[in-house]
Amino acid sequence: MPDPRFKILTSASTSGPGDAGRTGSWRVERPVIDLSRCTPAKTGKSCCHLCWLYCPDNVVSKAIEPVIDLEYCKGCGICAEECPVEAIAMISEEQFVEGGGHE
Amino acid sequence: MSDKLINSGNTAAALAVQLAGAEVIAAYPITPQTPLTEKLSELIAAGKMAAEYVAVESEHSALGVCIGAASAGVRSFTATSSNGLLYMSEQLHWAAGARLPMVMCVVNRGVGAPWSVWNDHQDAISQRDTGWIQLFAKDHQEIVDTTLKAFRLAELVHIPVMVNYDGYYLSHTYMPFELPEAEAVKAFLPPYSYLHALDPGRPESLNTVTLPDARNDINGVKQGGYMDIRHNLHQEMRLAMEVWEEIDADFRQRFSRGGTPILDPYRCEDADFVVVAMGTLANQFHDIIDRLRQDEGLKVGVLALQMYRPFPTDRIAAALQSAKGVMVYEKGLSYGNQGALYADLKSALYPYPNRPRLHNFIVGLGGRDIRTDDLFQTLKEACRQDDSVAPEQQDPSHWIGLQL
Repeated sequence: MPDPRFKILTSASTSGPGDAGRTGSWRVERPVIDLSRCTPAKTGKSCCHLCWLYCPDNVVSKAIEPVIDLEYCKGCGICAEECPVEAIAMISEEQFVEGGGHE
Repeated sequence: MSDKLINSGNTAAALAVQLAGAEVIAAYPITPQTPLTEKLSELIAAGKMAAEYVAVESEHSALGVCIGAASAGVRSFTATSSNGLLYMSEQLHWAAGARLPMVMCVVNRGVGAPWSVWNDHQDAISQRDTGWIQLFAKDHQEIVDTTLKAFRLAELVHIPVMVNYDGYYLSHTYMPFELPEAEAVKAFLPPYSYLHALDPGRPESLNTVTLPDARNDINGVKQGGYMDIRHNLHQEMRLAMEVWEEIDADFRQRFSRGGTPILDPYRCEDADFVVVAMGTLANQFHDIIDRLRQDEGLKVGVLALQMYRPFPTDRIAAALQSAKGVMVYEKGLSYGNQGALYADLKSALYPYPNRPRLHNFIVGLGGRDIRTDDLFQTLKEACRQDDSVAPEQQDPSHWIGLQL
């Protein structure tokens, strides 16, 4: 057992969204889910959820209609890569900025 | 009953590791460490040690295995020498930064190029800033006792510990030593438990990327950034000196050996001139000190430094500040500057108004014979050196025993 006089600081934390700080600002491309193609959304069943499983930052909800927490999503694109029905598109963040042309 | 035997320093280290109950050994053979790891694998194969011996393809992997084992809460041990230690370098920083308790014996050897399998301290010196605690043993008994105490130190302060001992001078020579009783060692060294031991029931993110600033974790608790974590390592390394002294005091009570965990003085009480050295070199000076006192009437002593990192700044300054002269003899240096220990000592003594005159001697690199006569003459001359010599002429490092 460690000596009680020692704090022993390490980078150790409970895993979860925000574990690495507010990483949403790192994002260059935003994942956007097309619910008309997404398997659980289409079938109304709790299934597939590969986006939830593969997300390295644990920011995709395991819901019938999966939601991505953009506060923490770094935009790595793994969810889009893994989605078997190609329901997730990576859209440049520029498109979401006012005057960016998308909205 | 404790066991008295005559054997090599490497065997002494292996038997201490067996007694300490290490459960994972991962090591890659390198001269002069090889017989130590051979002995451990022999003990494990013969069923005399309940441990896993993981054969690896490199020293980098050896320390990687120990990092994994220590992270899982398992007492682990490795050993190496010279270029093997340097091959671990990245992992050395990792083990310390992750605050993983483990013990490694470094059987000191010169670093290539050119190749040398013989002794000096450049391997350990070059890794002094990795955040590992570094201890030096001077004989076989100290190898045994320091290794046992090192496990307890590492596990109490959660900082990995290197036990250094001189290649060949100790690793391959035979000397008598005593092995404590297994039951007594068990009482001295409680079972290992790691603060963040991997547990599927309590998942944690460990050593993930830290940002320059501190941040709140997902529970809203403020967590240190890189600089805060590193500051804590530094502070707790300094505090580890006290813990090391406490461990030694407890060890002494149980086994009747010890008492000089950080500094080991020989005839220093009334000394005007004090030699500072690490490892076997300090022991070699005992006869020289006796001769200089008897034949030359010089009041000299030798102070062996047993703990190199953390550097015992205050303790060593207190021990040396009233001396007239301090002579640092060492087997490692910062190339292009001076002896590494010499530089440390100078900085420790700088705040004291009556600090002693200092001399630096580099000896025995790559196993070059350290002749007793050379030590005798250089020490005698340094003691008699005129105080009026200009500082810039006092300062250079003198290399002893050059042949070209």
